Amino acid sequence: MCETCGCGDSNIVPVDVHDNILAVNDRLAAHNREHFRERAVVAVNLMGSPGAGKTAVLEATSCRLAGRQRLGALAGDLATERDAERLSAAGITAKSITTGSACHLDAAMVHQGLHQFPWRELDYLFIENVGNLVCPAIYDLGQAANVVALAVTEGDDKPLKYPVMFRKADLVLITKIDLLPYLPNVRVEAIADALARVMPRPLYLPVSATTGEGMDRWLEWLGQLRTARAAGEPAHQHATANALDAGV
Amino acid sequence: MHEYSIVQALVERVAAEARARRATSVHRLSVRIGELSGVEVDLLTTAYQTFRERTICEDAELDVHLVAARWECPACGRAIGRGDLLSCPACVVPARLAQGDEIVLDRIEMEVP
Repeated sequence: MCETCGCGDSNIVPVDVHDNILAVNDRLAAHNREHFRERAVVAVNLMGSPGAGKTAVLEATSCRLAGRQRLGALAGDLATERDAERLSAAGITAKSITTGSACHLDAAMVHQGLHQFPWRELDYLFIENVGNLVCPAIYDLGQAANVVALAVTEGDDKPLKYPVMFRKADLVLITKIDLLPYLPNVRVEAIADALARVMPRPLYLPVSATTGEGMDRWLEWLGQLRTARAAGEPAHQHATANALDAGV
Repeated sequence: MHEYSIVQALVERVAAEARARRATSVHRLSVRIGELSGVEVDLLTTAYQTFRERTICEDAELDVHLVAARWECPACGRAIGRGDLLSCPACVVPARLAQGDEIVLDRIEMEVP
């Protein structure tokens, strides 16, 4: 009943919440993160545009780590299982998360994806997100680090055009650098400058999955991430230590 | 378009708050969206108009407060300008985003018996 005059009308009351709208996702992401921590699985959220070379980088990674590290992947895909098939063929324990019309993965999809998937036996779990430079950036999945693949063929202005995605990155892989000779208007230095205007800790590695250039640095970074996670450090602390010597 | 999933989470949260207080209806929602949150306000508003039908939010207005991005030095507090390198030139430390990544439900106005 209305407390002002006792008229019998309902009260309109303000309720202060001041909470993240994605709090449910964040709680589930924390749950996933705890799972990964307990089993010492390093989870990497790999994002980037369609065609940025995410799958190719993982294939090349598997070639180099086969027999030494146990790699797994959950591949977010709108409509097919092609990426998971390619990753399996490359020796990675892989499974698709078919998202239908959803443009991103969220923590619930990843949690569901872990069911009937031998993730506990892995050293690294790569979560290959849906190809998209916008939507995946805002969803925490429980990963140890965010890695964004940016192909040189996308041009050097993408970090400035998609600042949200690159701000969230712990590492940017500048991919397909074997194509630079055919791209006279694209310079790695310009990409690095753009990254430094959207990433407070601009860490990047130029790589080519085709020629293998830069892959050693990427594997080194993965190894350091594993060491840092074992010591309980957040990904960005680890990245800071390497920020100055990571570029070309 | 992830704004639909943001709106879904928003409406579910509001419904939970309304249930807890046995509210009969919701009149207004106030949310804060940061410029660097990755959420487009126009798309969020459109998604809300569509998604609120047949929910507790059906008649609730959505007030959206856009928060401009502001970078600063975590050590000396110096403001880092838009488009500048995200590092303090004096302290040589990475800048901190002081505001502008909010995706926050601030307030619900609901009718209770």
